[in-house]
Amino acid sequence: MTDDPEDRATPGAGAPIAEHRTRTRETIGILLTNRLSAFGLVVMGLLIFTAVFGSMVAPYDPTSVDIPARLSGPSLDHPFGTDNLGRDVFSRVLAGARVSFQVGIVAVGISLTMGVVTGLVAGFYSGAADAVLMRAMDMLFAFPAILLAIAVLAVLGPGITNAMIAIGIVYIPIFARITRASTLVVKEELYVRAARSVGASDLRILRRHILPNILAPIIVQTSLSLAFAILAEAALSFLGLGVQRPTPAWGRMLAEGRDFVNQAPWMGIFPGIAVFVTVLAFNFVGDGLRDALDPKQKSVIESRGRAV
Amino acid sequence: MAPQRETILRVENIAKYFPITRGIVFQTKIGEVKAVDGVSFDLAKGETVGVVGESGCGKSTLARLIMRLEHPTRGQVFYQDRDIFAMPGSALRRLRRNIQMVMQDPYTSLNPRMTVGDIIGEPFEIHRDVAPRGDRRRKVQELLDYVGLNPEHISRYPHQFSGGQRQRIGIARALALRPKIIVCDEPVSALDVSIQAQVINLLERLQNELGLAYIFIAHDLSVVRHISDRVAVMYLGKVVEIGTEDEIYGRPTHPYTQALLSAVPVPDPTARAHRDVIRLEGDVPSPANPPSGCRFRTRCWKAKPICTEQEPPLTAQQADPHLSACHFAELRHVVA
Repeated sequence: MTDDPEDRATPGAGAPIAEHRTRTRETIGILLTNRLSAFGLVVMGLLIFTAVFGSMVAPYDPTSVDIPARLSGPSLDHPFGTDNLGRDVFSRVLAGARVSFQVGIVAVGISLTMGVVTGLVAGFYSGAADAVLMRAMDMLFAFPAILLAIAVLAVLGPGITNAMIAIGIVYIPIFARITRASTLVVKEELYVRAARSVGASDLRILRRHILPNILAPIIVQTSLSLAFAILAEAALSFLGLGVQRPTPAWGRMLAEGRDFVNQAPWMGIFPGIAVFVTVLAFNFVGDGLRDALDPKQKSVIESRGRAV
Repeated sequence: MAPQRETILRVENIAKYFPITRGIVFQTKIGEVKAVDGVSFDLAKGETVGVVGESGCGKSTLARLIMRLEHPTRGQVFYQDRDIFAMPGSALRRLRRNIQMVMQDPYTSLNPRMTVGDIIGEPFEIHRDVAPRGDRRRKVQELLDYVGLNPEHISRYPHQFSGGQRQRIGIARALALRPKIIVCDEPVSALDVSIQAQVINLLERLQNELGLAYIFIAHDLSVVRHISDRVAVMYLGKVVEIGTEDEIYGRPTHPYTQALLSAVPVPDPTARAHRDVIRLEGDVPSPANPPSGCRFRTRCWKAKPICTEQEPPLTAQQADPHLSACHFAELRHVVA
C-alpha cells in the first residue's frame, strides 16, 4: 500500500502553534501580568542592584565610626539616621543586602544541589535507596529549622561561611522531597520508557528526560527558599551566630538596634523593613512562578489575557 | 501470507507475575497478579502478528517483556535463537537496535522539553557508531521526510504537532536504528479514526520497503485484521486462540474469540439484523486470582465441569486445524 499525497501531513495543521517566544520570556510575561509578582520582580531587581553596586551608591563607608554624630535621627545627611557608633544606617542597610544575598544564594545553592541529587536518586531507584535517603531527610526535617541551624553552628562554630553551610543543610529535605515526588511521576512517563527501549543509560535518562521535566517546582522552591534563607541568616546573625562584626548584616543591626529601641528606633526599623521587603518580594515572585509554570494555570491566564 | 519464512523472534512460555505486597518496612508478599501467564508464539521476518484482547489481559506487559523492559517470572524470548534475557550488555545494545517500539500515546511518549531533532536523534547519540556526529542532522531530516513530516520542522517541539504527526515522530524514532522488529503497543488507539488510517498506511508502507516485522498490539479488531498476517487472541494473560487472519476472523473456534468478533459494530443495517450477537455475562476475573481450569469458563456459555478441572491446552482442533484452547472448540460463523 502506498501513501497518497493527502496522507502527507502538514505540520501545524490542527495543532496550536505557540507564538514564537521562548519559554523563559513567556514565563516572565505571565509573571508581569500578576501585580504582586511584578512588584516582587521589581523589588528583587532593585535588591540585586543594591547587592552588586551598593558600595558605590552608599553615601558613607558602612564601617566608618563618627562618634559625635551618633544616634542622630533620619536627616538629609543620614536618610536612615546613624547608630550608636555614628555609622550611617542607610549605608549599612545597603551593605547588608550584599551579605544577605551572598548567604542566601550560597545556602540555597547547597540545598538545591544536595536536595535535587538526593531526590532524583531516591525517586528514580526507589526501594532501599529511597527508604534510607528519605528517612534521613525526614530526620533533618523533624527539627525546627532555626534550631537545627543553631546546632550545626554550635558544632562548626559561628561565622558567615558556617552560617551558609548550616542554612544550606537545613533546607536540603525540602528540595529532596519535591524532587523525589516529581521524579516518581515523571519516571513513569512513556518517553522515559521509550528512552529505555532505545538503550539510554540511567544517567542519561535522569539528565535528559527527568530533570528538565521536573524543573518547574524546583525553580519555584528555589525562589521561596531564598526568602527563607535570608530570613534564617538574619535570625542567626541576630543571635550572634552568623555574620560577625564589623561586617554589616541586617540581623546584626537588628540585634544592635534592640538596645537603643527607645533612643534610636531607626537603628532597628530600617534593617527590619529591609528584611521584610526582601522576603516578601521573593515570596511574591515564588508564588507568581508557581502560577506561571503550572500549565493549567497558564492556560487560564493566557485566555484571560486574550479576552482583555 | 508468511508461512515458510525465517523465524526472527520466538516467545516461549513466557510469564510475568507482579507481586502484591503488604507493609512498608517488612514487606510480605500476599499474592501475585498473573499479567502474562505462559505465552508462546513466533514471528517471521517481515511478518505482522496482531495481539488482541480486552484491557488488562496482559498485552502491554507482553510488549514490555519482548522489549526487555521487564524481567519475566519464567520463560524465554529468543531473538534469532539467542535468549534476550541471558544477553550480556554488549549484545543487549545490539538487540536494542534490532527491536524497537512505538508507544501507545503520542502525547506522552515524546519528551516535551526536547526538540523533534533531539528526540529522533537520541538513538544516534546512544548508539554513536550508527551515525557519525556530523551526519546526524541529515539522518534525522531523512527520517522526518520518510515518515511524511516536513524536514524543516526539525527544531520544533512536540506540542507544535498534532496527534497523528506526533505518532509519526514516534515511528521515526523507532526507525532510527534500522530495526528488524517493531513492537507497536496500541499505536493508533489514541488517534482519530481518519488519522488512524494514515498511520496504519504508513506502517504498512514501511513494512514493504524495509522488510520490518511487527508485533501489533491493539484492542480494535478491525485495525488488527487490516494489518496482521496472523492474530493471537489473549484472555487473562494467556493466548486462547492463534491463527492466520482468515482463520481467526473467518473460522474462529474459541468462544471468547467468537464473542469478541460478534461485538464488532456492523455498518450495514440489513447484515446487522441477521448477525449473531454473543453477550458475555459478568466482568473479566481478577488476574490476581484467575479461575481454575479454563480461565474463560466463568463467562462462557459452554462451560461444563471439565472446564473447571482441566485447563484446555492450546492445540489444533478438529473443527479447524489452527490453535485454540477450548475443550469444546467448534466453528461458529460470527462475522462476514
